[in-house]
Amino acid sequence: MKSLLAPGHRGCAGCCDAMAAKFTLMAAGEDCIVVSPTGCLEVMTTPYPESSWGVPFIHSLFENNAAVASGIEAALKSKGEMGNTKIIAMGGDGATLDIGMRSVSGAFERGHDFTFVCIDNEAYMNTGVQRSAATPFAASTTTSPSGKVSFGNIRPKKNMPAIIAAHGSPYVATTSIGYPKDMIRKVKTAVDVEGPTYVHAHSPCTTGWGFDTSKTVEVAKMAVETCLWPLYEMEDGEITKVKKIKNPKPVEDYLKMQRRFKHLFTKEGGDEFIKQIQALADENIVKFGLQ
Amino acid sequence: MQRDFEKDKKNMVVVEGSYAVASAVKSCRPNVISAYPITPQTHIVEDLSQFMADGAIPNCEYINVESEFSALSALVGSSAAGARSYSATTSQGLELMHEVLFNVSGMRLPVVMTVVNRAVSAPINIWNDHQDSISQRDTGWIQLYAEDTQEISDMTAQAFKIAEDPEILLPVMTCMDGFILSHVYEPVVLLEDDIVAEYLPPFEPEFKLDPKNPKTFGAFADPNSYTEFRYLQQQAMDKALKKIEDAAAEFYDLFGRHYGGLIDTYETDDADIILMAMGSIVGTIKDAIDKLRAKGVKVGLLKVRSFRPFPVEAIRNVVKDAKVVVALDKNISIGLNEGALFTETKASLYNTKIDVPVIGFMIGHGGRDIPTGTIENIIDEAKKVIDSGITVESQFTDLKEELL
Repeated sequence: MKSLLAPGHRGCAGCCDAMAAKFTLMAAGEDCIVVSPTGCLEVMTTPYPESSWGVPFIHSLFENNAAVASGIEAALKSKGEMGNTKIIAMGGDGATLDIGMRSVSGAFERGHDFTFVCIDNEAYMNTGVQRSAATPFAASTTTSPSGKVSFGNIRPKKNMPAIIAAHGSPYVATTSIGYPKDMIRKVKTAVDVEGPTYVHAHSPCTTGWGFDTSKTVEVAKMAVETCLWPLYEMEDGEITKVKKIKNPKPVEDYLKMQRRFKHLFTKEGGDEFIKQIQALADENIVKFGLQ
Repeated sequence: MQRDFEKDKKNMVVVEGSYAVASAVKSCRPNVISAYPITPQTHIVEDLSQFMADGAIPNCEYINVESEFSALSALVGSSAAGARSYSATTSQGLELMHEVLFNVSGMRLPVVMTVVNRAVSAPINIWNDHQDSISQRDTGWIQLYAEDTQEISDMTAQAFKIAEDPEILLPVMTCMDGFILSHVYEPVVLLEDDIVAEYLPPFEPEFKLDPKNPKTFGAFADPNSYTEFRYLQQQAMDKALKKIEDAAAEFYDLFGRHYGGLIDTYETDDADIILMAMGSIVGTIKDAIDKLRAKGVKVGLLKVRSFRPFPVEAIRNVVKDAKVVVALDKNISIGLNEGALFTETKASLYNTKIDVPVIGFMIGHGGRDIPTGTIENIIDEAKKVIDSGITVESQFTDLKEELL
């Protein structure tokens, strides 16, 4: 299959954004228009006068990619040029869950025919690993660092798929770049469903999470295998498909792969936090029926 | 260029200023309208929504966005996709758009937006001054200011023509005074669709978001190229100086109405005192001039229609033989104690052989009424400058000392 994201971009070795973008384009094909907010993906793929994009691509600002996508859809509709063209907004967790939340909510409420792909690497990576609303419990970031009296981020991840589903989106899915076939199938489904659809892709960042550049896929798979990142699909607000995890691995197996959780293993009292994280995984098993 | 009022009278209808603008937008055949309601812009977007509901704007999508930020952001997408794109806002809404304003102009997207000028908070105030749009003067948008409802209506078509010119490709703000123009009912000739079709060609950009010919928009520019992007924007502004004049002249040829291009003048040929202003205050000033001319006072008006690009040469040519120039500003740069028109007029005359004193009055903040008497008082102050030089360079007008 021809890649619509050219090699030679400036992403890190083992970059999750590049993988997420590539899988998204493999699903959508040539007849699509991509909107990206400010962030790693845009910076590494479009240093003027170069571009990695084999499809039309537009970057505007950090907090408005869903609004820009709304405008593109309206333009194509008004001029009778929509045809089979897919409009895809791709954004990191900060652009989606935090600063862009208003424009995402507006676009989903209005019902534009587009697909939003959230590339969730659980912090602001482009600016140096600062905490976002998607940063998991007890992760150390540069603005939620572990310290003498801190075990890192004190809040769990914002449940964005549920928020999007509550907007009445006909198709919401979680996926992981560790499962390319799963991601490609879900993005393909999302772009084919009419209306605003959402794919939330868990995307381990080698730089921000602190693991070897060769381990991106392994870390991504481990998040799923420990049930910390459940893979499921929602149609019209109801969960219809779930990836079963027969023998869930203990969360330690996932946490110990990453520098951002190192303090849980080196600081006194860290084991209590690991227990709480295990409880989150156990909750997922029950809530999503993962077994 | 004389307007044939007798001919226009037959076609006049009495409508609200906002309706005249909405009707003009309709005649310009927009593909995407994206707006968020805010007083006193609301009647424009309500009228446009009604046109949509009645199927009166073909090939158009109206996006009811959730904020002004998204209103303009949606037009980044639509304009880049080749759609003629329109919005309207004011005050807080315009300030919320600030970041997007730079983005639209930097990406050279010819969006047209009506700004219904209103004061900015705090204190919260819904009435007219120019602080909102003046505060956006460096965002790379062309800014045109209208004197009356007929002008703002006609200016809408001119704005699309200027913005979409392949040599320009800059967004345009058409500015009208909140309430004073937006909510007033006046006889207006609404733009005729067939003549607009002749005046304004379809928007067909050379580059757009098109899967058949993929291009990248909004690339990242490092220090090697960023400067040149800015330079080219300034170059387009320079070219716009002539395009604004041309758009007004061509409009006159087809519609028979003209309000000046970059500027307009009233009784300036032999004037010792020249007042400069923008927007609806121009009408009050003309009344004051008529009254004082009858008494032999040599006073005239320089109406600034284009604030961006700033018509430096045109202003120099008009004021060069005057004895005093007075700039009236419905805005203030707090900390400099000057309005923008005053500051920029002074700057336009510096380093030239023109030696004329310039004084400034900040006036009409937050909708404070500007009676003819206030203008006459200002002209009295200007006379003193001719006789004995400048004592106060820039000052507030009609301050209520009892409130201080």
